[in-house]
Amino acid sequence: MNEYEVFRIIWWALLGVLLIGLAVMDGFDLGAAMLMPFIGKTDAERRVVINTVGPVWEGNQVWLVTGGGAIFAAWPMLYAVSFSGFYFAILLLLLSLILRPVGFNYRSKLHNTRWRNFWDGGLFVGGLVPALVYGVAFGNVLQGVPFSFDDTLRMSYGGSFLGLFNPFALLCGIISVTMLIMHGGAYVACKTEAAVRDRARLAAKLAATALVVLFAGAGLWVSRMSGYAVQKFAGTDGPSNMLLKTVARVPGGLLANYHAAPAVLLVPAIGFAGALATIFLLRTAKHAGLTFICSGLSVAAVIGTAGVSLFPFMLPSSSAPNDSLIVWDTSSSLLTLQIMLVAAVIFLPLIILYTSWVYYVLRGPVTLATIARDDHTAY
Amino acid sequence: MDVVTLSRLQFGLTALYHFLFVPLTLGLAILLVIMEIVYVTTGRTVWRDMVKFWGVLFGINFVMGVATGLTMEFQFGTNWAYYSHYVGDIFGAPLAIEGLMAFFLEATFVGLFFFGWDRLTKVQHLFVTVMVAMGSNLSALWILIANGWMQHPVGAKFDMATMSMQVTDFGAVLMNPNAQDKFVHTVAAGYCVGAMFMMSISAIYLLMGKHRAVALRSMTVAASFGLASSLAVVSLGDASGATIAQDQPMKMAAIEGMWNTEPAPAAFNLFGLPDQTNHVTRDQLQIPFALGLIATHSVDTPLPGIIPLVRQNAGRVASGSQAYGAMETLRTDPGNAAALATFTAHENDLGYGLLLETIGADVLHPTPAQIEQAAWATVPPVATVFWSFRLMVALGFYFILLFAVMFWKACARKLDRSRALLWITACSLPLPWLAAELGWTTAEVGRQPWTIDGILPTALSVSSVPALNVAISIAGFVIAYTALFVVEMFLMVRAIRKGPGQIFAPPDLVRVLPGFGTAAPSPAE
Repeated sequence: MNEYEVFRIIWWALLGVLLIGLAVMDGFDLGAAMLMPFIGKTDAERRVVINTVGPVWEGNQVWLVTGGGAIFAAWPMLYAVSFSGFYFAILLLLLSLILRPVGFNYRSKLHNTRWRNFWDGGLFVGGLVPALVYGVAFGNVLQGVPFSFDDTLRMSYGGSFLGLFNPFALLCGIISVTMLIMHGGAYVACKTEAAVRDRARLAAKLAATALVVLFAGAGLWVSRMSGYAVQKFAGTDGPSNMLLKTVARVPGGLLANYHAAPAVLLVPAIGFAGALATIFLLRTAKHAGLTFICSGLSVAAVIGTAGVSLFPFMLPSSSAPNDSLIVWDTSSSLLTLQIMLVAAVIFLPLIILYTSWVYYVLRGPVTLATIARDDHTAY
Repeated sequence: MDVVTLSRLQFGLTALYHFLFVPLTLGLAILLVIMEIVYVTTGRTVWRDMVKFWGVLFGINFVMGVATGLTMEFQFGTNWAYYSHYVGDIFGAPLAIEGLMAFFLEATFVGLFFFGWDRLTKVQHLFVTVMVAMGSNLSALWILIANGWMQHPVGAKFDMATMSMQVTDFGAVLMNPNAQDKFVHTVAAGYCVGAMFMMSISAIYLLMGKHRAVALRSMTVAASFGLASSLAVVSLGDASGATIAQDQPMKMAAIEGMWNTEPAPAAFNLFGLPDQTNHVTRDQLQIPFALGLIATHSVDTPLPGIIPLVRQNAGRVASGSQAYGAMETLRTDPGNAAALATFTAHENDLGYGLLLETIGADVLHPTPAQIEQAAWATVPPVATVFWSFRLMVALGFYFILLFAVMFWKACARKLDRSRALLWITACSLPLPWLAAELGWTTAEVGRQPWTIDGILPTALSVSSVPALNVAISIAGFVIAYTALFVVEMFLMVRAIRKGPGQIFAPPDLVRVLPGFGTAAPSPAE
């Protein structure tokens, strides 16, 4: 292994870490926002749900900001192709995410039923649409999207917005939504009591069951789908230029890594096991913390499954497979990858440390009584 | 309109809008720290009430910054894809580090700032506030390192194998004098915004005869902090001017509306009407020697005018065309030694060669007229930067004056004696925002026609998306941002009217309308 190869693999893994961080951390507050109108039957109950995530969601969403920045820095062409190619999907994502900060912060500032219902709707949309868009994006990446480069590496994109919402991508979108509902439900069950908690448990149980079925369905679908295989390329330390390789379309290509290294089957297996354990543990309200960990593991493994299935591809091109983005020709320079790794090694542990402290300070359930007591200051 | 114009319009609109909230966050965060330090050291609860009150306004503003900030980061990918590919190796790193080092800090602790009052000791809560302030200021640092690199791209080199810029010296990117000057100038501008916000609203309370205890104290803090900040923003802006004169002579000449090189030390144009077509500035009112002193901090260094710089750039365009030609040859014949030698000799002018593409010329075989045209394209819109700069500077001096007067009144404990002065202070509320937006305009319009100065023309930086897509996204942003602005102003005004201690209405009956789930009255009712 050469040094550039090592750093490219490290950054491929770190990209996974950031996306998993986003799904596990921001995912539960997206899920809680989606569940809020349904498991909160009164204004006070809805405020209970909102305030379980109110003080922490902002920090969680930084996983998205940092993930975006890290893709920009470590995989510039992936950032350029996916963001400009998925133009309207990103616009939809941004416009729905804009509803969140204002929804959380402004909702309870007025004692007006219509105002609060409006923002409840806004928070629901701000939870559902991003969850759906993330999944749909993954669904399209797995199938490949139509793009190609000219010889100055200027990209042209041949797809359309509606084309993104093809059946397989929609399935992935629904998987993402159910997965985050499960995770959000598990979180709310940890942080609440009584009726809200019981409804959250029920919702999480249903979502986890749906996830097991849908994830298995996606697996079957993928086995019949064609994937891609790199045939010739400039080497794992070659320059980041997408025009130096040949790629073939092969049936069942997304399963190639599981045939080559059966050990990685562990990744999807954890996805199933985590969801099944979540269902099992949700029978009682006693193991709320453990349930949340199992559900988080499942979320992480579902995302990991997409990554492992694609490797070494980052974004295959369906219209010009040779122009696909792979780990060996999409990264930034070795120096940038090294600098960025230093930054990540210093700051990720710090982030985990102070985030843990914040959760520790905020420990304990949010209840109807706490909302009534903090009526003026709570969200 | 074409995709380049629309993409610029969208970026400009969303950046100017985002920058309505950022400076206030920067300034108020520091002011909250100052007030909370007073609370923790003296134990007087009025200071805690002040932190809570201004904290609520901070919160309303902060969420808008967060909501609009994500758009800025993602927009490079959606609308400036070729830019992202071309310079992502350098430009992406500060953005990612901003997330890791600064934004995580700010956003993680901001929740505790609001919800931690009963769960933390005084000192712990102060720590949280300090972390929020530190996070927001560090965030500005990394963004301005990225922006400074666009203005003065150091520590990087073009790499033909990947058709992109690659970092060679990250330390140079960090220590870029342009970035350092921009950072201190910009955060000081943010502190002015925060100070004026607090001072003007306090003036309104004093005029209304309400909340005297909070208003007088807030005004004293704001006036002293504002005086220091306004002095800093003007003097640091001056330092920034000297850097620009050195690294971006064309921007400096445009700011001055100075078409010809003048004998040192050059005069400063107090007034003038720049005429871009005829290459003159009419009706000039000049202060002798002042520009030479400001821009070079010396009496004998001449500053080049626009026309001589265009002459110089014409040579670079011709040289860039040769670099481009050699690159084409090397792409098909990588071993060609002659082409490699040509490329090495001319590669620093490659960006100027690319300008030919933006005017629709054949980069490999430009006519002398096209070279001339491309060279003139390196002149930014002179009147825009000329006037935005002058208005910004005038406002800066006005802030020094106003803060100084209020500081003196505060020291003499006569803050509420003069109603006229309070009115002036109240009416000055929007001015620091205006100055900040004008500053952004000077810096970024003055950078045209480049996204990366001398390296990548703006017109080549865009994504290959249809213009219609960009028009639709602009419409989407305008609608969403306008709606948000109305809501934000409504809540801000409402919170200010309620004043300290009674931000929220007393609890009353709230029911959830049927729509989602089933409606049922709260047990509390």
